[in-house]
Amino acid sequence: MTDQIVHAALTAPAAALLRRIPGVTFILVGMIVVFAIGNPRFLSAVNFTNIGLQSSLLLMLALPMTLIILTAGLDLSVGALLGLCGVVIAELLVAGWGLPASVAAAMLVGLVAGAVNGVLVGYLGLPAFVVTLGTMGLCEGLSLVITNGDPIGGFTPALENFYRSTVFAVPTPVLVAALVYGLLSLLLYRTRFGNYVFAIGGNKDALHLAGINANLVHTGVYLLCSLTVALSALLLLGRTNSAHPSVAVGMEFEAIAAVVLGGTSFEKGQGWLFGTVLGVLAISVLRNGLNVLSVEPSLQVVCVGLLLITALLIDRNRKQASQNGA
Amino acid sequence: MTTMDSPAPVIRRPQQLAPGTVAVVVRLGLIACIAVLLSSLSPTFATTDNLLNILRQASLLFLVASGLTLVIIAGGLDLSIGANLTLCACLSAAAIKATSQPTAGIAVALGCGVLVGLTNGVLINRVKIPPFLATFGMLWVAQGIAYWFMAGQVVYGFSPAFRFFGSGFWLGVPVPIWVMLVTGACGVIFLSRTTIGREVYLMGANEAAAVLSGIPVARRRTLLYMVSGLMAGLAALIYVARLNAAEPGIGEPLLLPAIAAVLVGGTSLFGGSGGLFRTLLGATILTLIVNALNLLNVSATWHPFVTGAIVVLAVLADAAVNRGARR
Repeated sequence: MTDQIVHAALTAPAAALLRRIPGVTFILVGMIVVFAIGNPRFLSAVNFTNIGLQSSLLLMLALPMTLIILTAGLDLSVGALLGLCGVVIAELLVAGWGLPASVAAAMLVGLVAGAVNGVLVGYLGLPAFVVTLGTMGLCEGLSLVITNGDPIGGFTPALENFYRSTVFAVPTPVLVAALVYGLLSLLLYRTRFGNYVFAIGGNKDALHLAGINANLVHTGVYLLCSLTVALSALLLLGRTNSAHPSVAVGMEFEAIAAVVLGGTSFEKGQGWLFGTVLGVLAISVLRNGLNVLSVEPSLQVVCVGLLLITALLIDRNRKQASQNGA
Repeated sequence: MTTMDSPAPVIRRPQQLAPGTVAVVVRLGLIACIAVLLSSLSPTFATTDNLLNILRQASLLFLVASGLTLVIIAGGLDLSIGANLTLCACLSAAAIKATSQPTAGIAVALGCGVLVGLTNGVLINRVKIPPFLATFGMLWVAQGIAYWFMAGQVVYGFSPAFRFFGSGFWLGVPVPIWVMLVTGACGVIFLSRTTIGREVYLMGANEAAAVLSGIPVARRRTLLYMVSGLMAGLAALIYVARLNAAEPGIGEPLLLPAIAAVLVGGTSLFGGSGGLFRTLLGATILTLIVNALNLLNVSATWHPFVTGAIVVLAVLADAAVNRGARR
C-alpha cells in the first residue's frame, strides 16, 4: 500500500502536487514578504532563531495531533496536559528528584492521560472532543490542586541551558522538533501502523473487518500524542524557566489550528504531515510579526482565528474550482 | 446534494418525546439522595434560604446550559458559550458604565450573544468547519477580544435597578430563578409543541432524513446557535448583576459545568434525544455536588477536577445507555 502511495506521488503531474499544497502556504509567503518589507530586521538570523524556537514547542504538539485528526478525532487536552507535566517535573525537581526520575513521572502522567483518552475514544467509540474536554478539565484541575495556583520556580538551570543551546548555530529545540517530525513521518508513511492511521479516518469498520486490531491502533495514536506532550514539557520549562498550571492553556487551539491550516481534514483520513509544519510556521510567523507591531497577546489569538478562517476559505474555493474544472 | 431516482422513502414525523420518564425519575431520586445526605451533614442545608441559594446558583448554570442543550439535541456542540458569556458581560458592563442606562447594557449583551452565535452558524454552514472546531475557535477569539477590550480592568458598581436582575427578589423568590422558570418553560414548549422544535430532534437523530423531508437544516442550525448565544448573553446579564462586576475571567470556568449539566441531565451527545427539563435537573445535581464539597470542607481548587471527572463519567454513562438503543 505504501508503494502505491509513493508510486502515485512520483507519477502525479505537477498540478496534483500544487493542489496538495495547502492555502496557508500562500498566506505564509505573503506574510513573510510583507513583514520583510515592513521591518528589515525580520530577515535577520536572530529573528529566524526566534521563529524557530517559537515553532518548536508548537510542532511537538501539532505533529502528533495530525495523527489524531487523521483518525477523525481531536485532543483538546494537550494544552492542559502540557501544563500538568510541566508542573509535575518542576515539583519533583524542587523536591530533590533527579531529572530522569522527574521526566519518567511526567511520562507516566502522559501515559495515563493518553490511555484514558485512547480507551474511551478507541475502544468505546465515544466522541473525542467531549472525552478530551473532560480530561482537559481533569489535567487542569490536577495542576491546580498540586500547585494551589502558584507558579513553581527555582529548579535546575539545566533545562534553560538546554533550551538556549545550539548545535551548528541551530537551536537544539528546533533539532528536537525536527527529530520528532522525522520519526513521525517514518511512522506514518513507512509503517503499517501509519497505513492503519489513515484507514481509521477513512473507514474504521473496514479495517476491523480486515482482521486488524483497529481499536488498539486508535488507542495508540492517543498514547503517542500524550507521551510526546509529556516530553515537550521539558521545552516548556526551558522556555519559561518556571511552571504554572495555566501557562499552556490554549496551546491546544494553536496546535489544532496548525494541523487544519496544513490541510489535514477531519473527514476521511485526508492529510499531510508536512502541511502541519507549514501551518505551525504560518502561526509562528504571524505571531512574530504581530509582536514586532506590539499587538497584545490576547488580540494575537484573534488573529490566529482569522488566519484559520481565511485559509479554510481559500482551500474551500480552490477545491470547488478544481471540482468545477475537472 | 443527492438526487433520488427511487421514490422517496416514507419519512415519519418525529414521534412524541422518547419515554424519558425513567431517566427523569432516576435523576429526581439522585437529587433526593444528595439532599438527604446533605441535610444529615449540616443543619443549615434544609433551610429555605439555603435551598433558594442553591436554586439560584443552579439557575445561572441552567441558563448557560439551556442553549447548549438545544444545540446538542440537534447533533451539534457549542464550546463558545463560556467565552461568549465573558464577552457579553464585559461589553454590556462597559455600555452600562458609558451610558448609565441598564437598557443599553441589556441590548448590548443580548445583541453580542446573538452575533457570536450567528458567526458560529456561518462558520459551520458556509465555511464548512466542523461545529466543535468552529465554536472552539470562537471560544479563543471571543476570549481574546474580551481580554483586549478590558485591558486588565474590572468594571464594577452598578445601579440597584440593574442589580435587581441578579440579586433581587420577587414574591420571596430570587429573580434568576424566575428567569430560569420562564425561559425553561418557553424552551420546553418550543421543543415539544412547535414544528421547529420537533425538527430539532429529527436533525439530531438523522440529519439526512431531515434534509430529505425538506427541513432547511442549515438555517435551523444557525438559529439554534443564535439561541445558544442569546442565552449566554442573558446569563451574562444576570451574572454581572449578581457579581456587581465584570472581568474577562468570569465565563470560561462555566463551560465544563454547562456541558456536565447537559450530560448529567441525560441529553445524549449523539443528538436526537434529551430536553430542557433534564438539563434543569442536571444543573441542580451539579450545584448540589458543589454544595456538598463545600460542606465537606473540600478546597475549591478541587472543583475543576471534580467537574472534569463528572464529564468523563457522564459521557461513559451516556454511551452505555445509548449503546443498547443504537447497536
